[in-house]
Amino acid sequence: MALEGLIGKKLGMTQIFDDRGVVHSVTVVEAGPVTVTQIKTATKEGYDAVQVAYGEKKKPNKPMRGHFKKLGDFRMLKEFKTLDGVEYAIGDKVGLEIFSEGDLVDVQGTSRGRGFAGGVRLHHFRGGPKTHGQSDRHRAPGSIGAGTTPGRVLKGQKMAAHMGSEYVTAKNLKVLAKDEAKGLLLLEGAVPGATNGTVTVYVAQKQRKIAKKKK
Amino acid sequence: MDVSNLVELSSNPNIEEFGPGDTVKVSAKVVEGERERIQVFEGVVIRKNKGGGGANFTVRRIAHGIGVERTFNVHSPRLEKVQVVREGRVRRARLYYLRGLTGKAARIKEKARV
Repeated sequence: MALEGLIGKKLGMTQIFDDRGVVHSVTVVEAGPVTVTQIKTATKEGYDAVQVAYGEKKKPNKPMRGHFKKLGDFRMLKEFKTLDGVEYAIGDKVGLEIFSEGDLVDVQGTSRGRGFAGGVRLHHFRGGPKTHGQSDRHRAPGSIGAGTTPGRVLKGQKMAAHMGSEYVTAKNLKVLAKDEAKGLLLLEGAVPGATNGTVTVYVAQKQRKIAKKKK
Repeated sequence: MDVSNLVELSSNPNIEEFGPGDTVKVSAKVVEGERERIQVFEGVVIRKNKGGGGANFTVRRIAHGIGVERTFNVHSPRLEKVQVVREGRVRRARLYYLRGLTGKAARIKEKARV
């Protein structure tokens, strides 16, 4: 444990057996490697963090190239905090060594976009009756407020809106296996986002709290 | 999409190659309370399902006059051994038609030996 997380890619799901013969649904995530591009300090930037770069970009623009110097051409940047006071230098590569089997992780990703969705799909409204002379009311939201008092629709009223394409965190997923040669993590359960989507794998908040208590 | 090709699957050397129509002897571990023992199930393979880590096959036999089908996971550590007793000659991959047949009609011809 050192860097609090890694940037990675969701590759898809499959099933594996454990020693007892129990099947686990797992998501395969290719995490890292990331390259340290900048160290932010409390004295200079006002807070401590490590900026890392991930992926490949064929044609990074000039400001980006200047920032990366000779380190390579990367696709994206992200900042992480460090845990346990480990210090990094610019150019360091960080990979799966920060996780071990049995660890809990939180995974952040952008959920699949579902477009403009109605109340039934977005908020699990029940819709209207299907029979008894109903027309055009089958998936309608129903009443959205009272009459003259208050004379307006209250703020926060659930209505049809855009669904998905938002940041979602799946918490406390267990690392069932890891393959350092291929850079793969097998996480128990589902991870937000589509296959080939970018995800961020963090050391689980719950695990950090446990580690803190032990100290 | 299934990405089982990225994950290494355990390959059991005690599993012989077999196909639908073959009569096989399957040894599977069964947990009974504290202890573990091996149970043998012999019958005709009526289907094989591919699918990476979830690959399985179904064996059918007639036990005490009642048809019994058991599905085994190919990659399960509980599956000890699969032996081919007899190779059958069949013309389809899924032998569901055997469910409607009994006695002499439910026999499968043996594959001609080369």
